[in-house]
Amino acid sequence: MKRALPFVILVVAVTVVLMIVGLTGESRYRKTVGITSGSALPGFTETPSTPEKALANLMIDIQRRNWDRAYSNIERTSDSLTEQAFREQWTGTNGGLRSFSSLERYEARPLHATDADAQMRVRLHWATPVGPVEDVRDFHLVHRGEVWKIVWGEIPAANLPAQIVPVNYLRWDLVSGNAGEEWGSRNVDAPHVRIVSMNAVDTAQGAVVMGEVVNEDTVPAFVNVGATLVDASGNAIDDENSFDKILHVLLPRQVSPYRIDFPKISLNKVKNVRMDTKATLVPASSDPVIGVMNQKLDTDAQGHTVLHGELFNESGQVVNIPHVIASFYDNTGKVVWVSDGYVEQALLPQSSESFAVEIPQSLAGKVQNFHVVVNQYSLQKS
Amino acid sequence: MSSLINTVCKNHSLRAIALSGAIATCFVRVAYCQNAELHAPSGAIAGTQASIGTTGSGSATFYLQGPSTSAKRKVELGQDIPLTPKELQSAGRYIAVVCSDSCSSATFFVSPAKPSSLAFLVHPSRAPVAHNDVVSGVALPFDEFHNLVLEPVPIQFQLTAKSGSPTTHGTPTHGGIAWFRTSSGNSAGPLQVVASINEITAKRVVQQVASEACRLRIKGQRTPKGIVVETEPVRDCSGNPVPDGTIVTFTAKSGNQISFVDAPVKQDVARATMTAKGPVVLSAASGVAMGNEIRIGD
Repeated sequence: MKRALPFVILVVAVTVVLMIVGLTGESRYRKTVGITSGSALPGFTETPSTPEKALANLMIDIQRRNWDRAYSNIERTSDSLTEQAFREQWTGTNGGLRSFSSLERYEARPLHATDADAQMRVRLHWATPVGPVEDVRDFHLVHRGEVWKIVWGEIPAANLPAQIVPVNYLRWDLVSGNAGEEWGSRNVDAPHVRIVSMNAVDTAQGAVVMGEVVNEDTVPAFVNVGATLVDASGNAIDDENSFDKILHVLLPRQVSPYRIDFPKISLNKVKNVRMDTKATLVPASSDPVIGVMNQKLDTDAQGHTVLHGELFNESGQVVNIPHVIASFYDNTGKVVWVSDGYVEQALLPQSSESFAVEIPQSLAGKVQNFHVVVNQYSLQKS
Repeated sequence: MSSLINTVCKNHSLRAIALSGAIATCFVRVAYCQNAELHAPSGAIAGTQASIGTTGSGSATFYLQGPSTSAKRKVELGQDIPLTPKELQSAGRYIAVVCSDSCSSATFFVSPAKPSSLAFLVHPSRAPVAHNDVVSGVALPFDEFHNLVLEPVPIQFQLTAKSGSPTTHGTPTHGGIAWFRTSSGNSAGPLQVVASINEITAKRVVQQVASEACRLRIKGQRTPKGIVVETEPVRDCSGNPVPDGTIVTFTAKSGNQISFVDAPVKQDVARATMTAKGPVVLSAASGVAMGNEIRIGD
């Protein structure tokens, strides 16, 4: 026993040293020159003696939801920014997608740095109920004494004034006949929907089938589009459906893009594509009407071609999670790409939120026109 | 065997299956012994009484198998075997077998009774106006026992639109079915379709709905909230107002920026607010219809 004691003490001491080194030392992710990254690892926050450390501290505090410290370590440009407003900029409000998200990891890259200030670009990776969402933000940092601080210039959104918004939109209910009625007397046909265009392309991720579908009927339709890839011998290779890349509830004469992804399948093997459209009668409402304003094709800070614009909620109802689906056309009017994206902030009544959806670089030159529809998820409806 | 069947088979369906097995066994015996004679009824009608004549004497066992009937009872040879209306409710082919020392069999057909109801299917439930051959209907006459009446029966189809005189089209059934196909009218509204045989009628309603928007004209004005743009009443080429909820897409072009609003028609008019700034060109589209363009300055 006496012989074993020094060995136990040695093991404990080495373990403690290694823990301290592990928690305070440089991460292996920081070996790439110019790029810092992190995730929700436990550890001590360091003194923000460099812009990278200041930013890392903020990100760690956000991951841990340590709002007091995060708020105290920023330099505010506006006195109207309260801690709660700062917190809501990260956690979201009104049941928006951000409310259900958490910051999984980030990658930071310096844009420029002097002794007095620095500009950092951060790619934020959020885990959300609709899948991973990336967000790119630029931060301005300044040197204050011995530490660096993040300048927080974002002004909190103005509170929505109390108001009454008259709602007089349409609503469709379904009445189904009872079983005792005469056979054939209460048949109501399923809505008539039609695929108006279809295009299949190969991408690095696999085959993509996309196009547009229209409700040609006079009643709302719940629509889903499926596709089956068939090889030369007539056997089905795979079948998928449009899942969330479609506007499912289509009002009369409304057109929706659809996109069906076939991961890891090349079109070289495909001889034929069988399309299948399913439409059913559903209760529906034409409220809320969401306008897609000020759309413009542009190049973002990372050099990607994006379509950005603003969603304007014309109704009096909060749209918790707006979902933008855009179809892009070439000069012959053919759909060459369908892209989608979720807006992380809730869309409040009579107010706007910006959106952006990306176009693959290889197709950016072909795009001549576009059409955007907005899917909306409201907590009070579900 | 019958007592065994009765003992073993407590429920009727199993009993019927067992009885059918017994009848099948009798057919095997019939193949070897064809001495007894049966005189099957001709022109039997579903749900009416009939009888089967027999020759010979002594008691025998009588089996009857039909489309939805199987029966077994003791009979006296040389006397007519009465068949009750209930035994002959289903139209179709029946087999009668009598077994004493040997077995005899006869087949006969039971025809449907006179029509007592009409199954009437009309398609579609919604039809756009002014379309050729868009409405179709199928009528099938059935007797009171739900047998399809295969004999030719004259059926009258009568179509009555909300504003218009009824049109009638008569046609006999072929193989138990009669059908029509017709074009929709020019006015939206309910189209009542009636199929009838004498006093038996079946009514269905097809909603004739407006076709696609034909002319689209818009007007707009700038307000403190944005540009309020609205259509004039949206109608199809026959002058019917398009159904409420029909989507009209408003577009505002301002420089290289574009704004869209998909607005539903309500009470013939679609309306939207565009937040575009500066001079804009407004247009609208619904389906294949394109509206006029209007320009609004600052």
